[in-house]
Amino acid sequence: MSLNYEQAIEKYEPTLGLEVHVELNTKSKMFCGCATEFGAEPNTQTCPVCLGLPGALPVVNKTAIESSILIGLALNCSIAPFSRFARKNYFYPDMPKNFQTSQYDEPICVNGYLDVEIETDEGAKTFRIDIERVHMEEDTGKSLHVGGSTGRIHGAEYSLLDYNRAGIPLVEIVTKIVPNTGKYAPQVARAYVAALRDILRGLKVSDVKMEQGSLRCDVNLSLSPAGSGALGTRSETKNVNSLRSVERAVSGEVVRQANRLQAGEKIVQETRHFLEESGETRPGRSKEQAEDYRYFPEPDLVPVVPDSKWIEELRKTLPEKPADRRKRLQTEWSVPEKEMTAMVNAELLDTVEETVKLGADPTKARGWWLGEISRVANEREVLATELISVAAVAEVINLINQGELTDKLARQVVEGVIAGEGTPAEVINKRGLKVVSDDGALMKAIEDAIAAQPDTAERIRGGNIPAAGALIGAVMKATGGQADAAKVRELLLKHLGQ
Amino acid sequence: MSIRNTAAQMSDALAKKEISAVELANQHYAQIEAVDKDVHAFLHLDKAGAIAQAESIDKKRAAGEKLSPLAGVPLALKDVLVQKGVPTTCGSKMLEGWRPPYDATVVTKLKDAGIVILGKTNMDEFAMGSSTENSAYGPTHNPWDLTRIPGGSGGGSSAALAAFEAPLAIGTDTGGSIRQPAAVTGTVGVKPTYGGVSRYGLVAFSSSLDQAGPCARTVLDTALLHQTIAGFDPKDSTSINHAVPDVVAAAKKKDVKGLRIGIVKQLAGEGYQKGVENKFNEAVAELVKLGAEIVEVSCPNFEYALAAYYLIAPSECSSNLARFDSMRFGLRVGDDGAKGAEEVMNLTRQAGFGREVKRRIILGTYALSSGYYDAYYGSAQKVRTLIKQDFDAAFEKCDVLVSPTAPTTAFKIGEKSNDPLAMYLNDIATIPVNMAGIGGMSLPCGLAEEDNLPVGFQIMSPAMKDDRMYLVGGALEAALLAKWGKPLLDFAPKLAGSK
Repeated sequence: MSLNYEQAIEKYEPTLGLEVHVELNTKSKMFCGCATEFGAEPNTQTCPVCLGLPGALPVVNKTAIESSILIGLALNCSIAPFSRFARKNYFYPDMPKNFQTSQYDEPICVNGYLDVEIETDEGAKTFRIDIERVHMEEDTGKSLHVGGSTGRIHGAEYSLLDYNRAGIPLVEIVTKIVPNTGKYAPQVARAYVAALRDILRGLKVSDVKMEQGSLRCDVNLSLSPAGSGALGTRSETKNVNSLRSVERAVSGEVVRQANRLQAGEKIVQETRHFLEESGETRPGRSKEQAEDYRYFPEPDLVPVVPDSKWIEELRKTLPEKPADRRKRLQTEWSVPEKEMTAMVNAELLDTVEETVKLGADPTKARGWWLGEISRVANEREVLATELISVAAVAEVINLINQGELTDKLARQVVEGVIAGEGTPAEVINKRGLKVVSDDGALMKAIEDAIAAQPDTAERIRGGNIPAAGALIGAVMKATGGQADAAKVRELLLKHLGQ
Repeated sequence: MSIRNTAAQMSDALAKKEISAVELANQHYAQIEAVDKDVHAFLHLDKAGAIAQAESIDKKRAAGEKLSPLAGVPLALKDVLVQKGVPTTCGSKMLEGWRPPYDATVVTKLKDAGIVILGKTNMDEFAMGSSTENSAYGPTHNPWDLTRIPGGSGGGSSAALAAFEAPLAIGTDTGGSIRQPAAVTGTVGVKPTYGGVSRYGLVAFSSSLDQAGPCARTVLDTALLHQTIAGFDPKDSTSINHAVPDVVAAAKKKDVKGLRIGIVKQLAGEGYQKGVENKFNEAVAELVKLGAEIVEVSCPNFEYALAAYYLIAPSECSSNLARFDSMRFGLRVGDDGAKGAEEVMNLTRQAGFGREVKRRIILGTYALSSGYYDAYYGSAQKVRTLIKQDFDAAFEKCDVLVSPTAPTTAFKIGEKSNDPLAMYLNDIATIPVNMAGIGGMSLPCGLAEEDNLPVGFQIMSPAMKDDRMYLVGGALEAALLAKWGKPLLDFAPKLAGSK
């Protein structure tokens, strides 16, 4: 009989550890001047340095150091007055030098923390995640294994190598072990990665796109019998690439390990790969025969010695903490907690804020982004911001406020913009969606409606105001919905002596 | 104008238009043609590139453009520095046929100065060796005696100078690869302060020890070349951002009155050939005559230098040479469509590297392994610090230090090739300089009485005080020249066919 999550978590206490790799969004690579743009033609963003050609030497990207320090400061770390790069030696075709230049025992930032809040059975609860280190390293190239069933190097017919990614600056953020999460381990892990992502986005140091791999998470997890206080053998699940997957990877590993332990089997210390489809993990290489990376200080680089003045200047540029910002915006916009959470969960808080900055009303901005636009985005499985720009949404909302568009017309305008028909102004022109505000034209339509329904008109004249609805409807229909209903009502009632 | 002139004389003749750069290059190619079948200093000649550069210099000179002092003077480039489009093998099968897509910073500086690069010179594979016997393309022969080694790893560059195939050469020195070949061929070679000359484009053997430097037949020529290639390079993070000391002025000054010259107690005695010690002592006596003050200093930790060197250099080389994996450039073996990448990498490295390179990769891999790191690499780094401290203490008592460059004169080809430890001992006097990152020069100080072969005199100067080596070297060279009546190389037997 196998244990499900609830049963597993009753018997075993999970201990988490999270390693997050962040691709920095610097214009050039970590150790050379090559561009870092995503999706370029393979092997076009390379040079002797990032191809590891004989004789080439690395030079550290100053912006990458600055970004790393900012990350450290935002995570309450101390910034090392002296840190170094090391060489991590191992052979792999997509590693140009067959060593990765990475910080090792002397990282740039150490000993920080990040507080995350999750909903528990007893209400909101804060967990403090201690950060062990933040260090810099370079990314490898990308291998594409062609042929074979697994997409892995074994069994492949041939492999293609793209070195565009080789040398892209990465920052690795490693937590200390996270104990005492109990059954909330999956939620805590997810909340941590989400909070970290928000911080990195706020710092503008990374695109933090998990689906493009600019933020990748490795989940370390071990179990120990509940109440034993012991530390079990851990597994490391690699490249968990969405928030939902982080949650699933943790719960999946809890169940897998619990069932092994329950059956009297041992947990093997190993790397596992997360399978997006099933939410399960599959074993990778075993760490029992751990590779010996033969780390030693990189002799081609000098130590990183940031002066304290520079660090203090950087500290001053730190943006507001995401949690503080959320509270501030909630007050400014006077939106309920629930809606604030909805915006955050939909990852649309920035978008709504930008829309508001362009003059849009907060409630309307939230309504459009979370409503119609999100609906279409979900249908098409794209991001809301990929469908329509912030500027276009703000323009539509502002036109509604100015009475130039009705809600109904606005929906058509948004639909047109999403369909690629142009800017809101262009869509309005092309589709002829202007509000009919010409009194003469409206009066003509009103007179026609009265002529068509003389009885209704009579009832209104007699004081039956609610009956006006039928005539207003007729006018709106006649104008193809382009009239302002309030204006129609006003003119109609006046015309009928009310 | 003769190929036996100094680079400075050639520069003058070019400036006075007594000879064109093209003629000068062709004279040297004729000499190479005549003697290099016996000497084998060159691995590759770039005649087209060299003549094009010479023509462009001649045109510029005809047009009255201001040119650098060495514009139009030919040079031999050690095959460990990349030159765009020109084969660069590092003396290894691993890079056979590879044409680099870029220039080393040193090469850029040579080209910008109008220097004519004749070709690439032979060397021990990846600069590992003291005899040039480890070249995958066959050994270079010492022009003083073709049955003997020209030193190493830069034996090709020093032999080219001694055989008058080029008046200038570039070498690289990780443990003595410029100075020891200079010593055994009767030429001059300088390892500048670490970081004084850019390493960008120098195919790395041991990154923290490698340093490119100038080689020539006179101290002044060496200084002129030093001035040309030195200076800060933003592409090399370990490059020194500091003004280059005026080595040319120092070479010309020839005044050592009151200078304190330290003799290192540990770099003498057992293992040093009698004739080497005699010539060294006679040179010291010349310096005394010139008014220098002699101080004896003790550097007790030099005893551990060789052992520490043979941990640090192989460790770094095991990592530096990992990139030779057949994936992106160079040799590829076993790629038959059936074998996997890892297997092809293994077969390539097995076939492409020679015995000494493999020996050092294995040594280094072992020294860096987990569990051994502290005992080997870690301890070696501590020794390095101690050696630096020895130098610091010594330089408090004196301005420069001196010693024989190599313990013996040139030995016979094949004599030590099966005894790596005996081979390693050749660098016993040169290695401490690399370990401390300071400057070192070797210049000829006579012929050993036992074998009539050249002896090298080493001058060591504190970091960034490279001018001091030239000051002492220039003065000593002038005194010895007066004593001999002619340059030492004029005592060498004439090579068959030599112009």
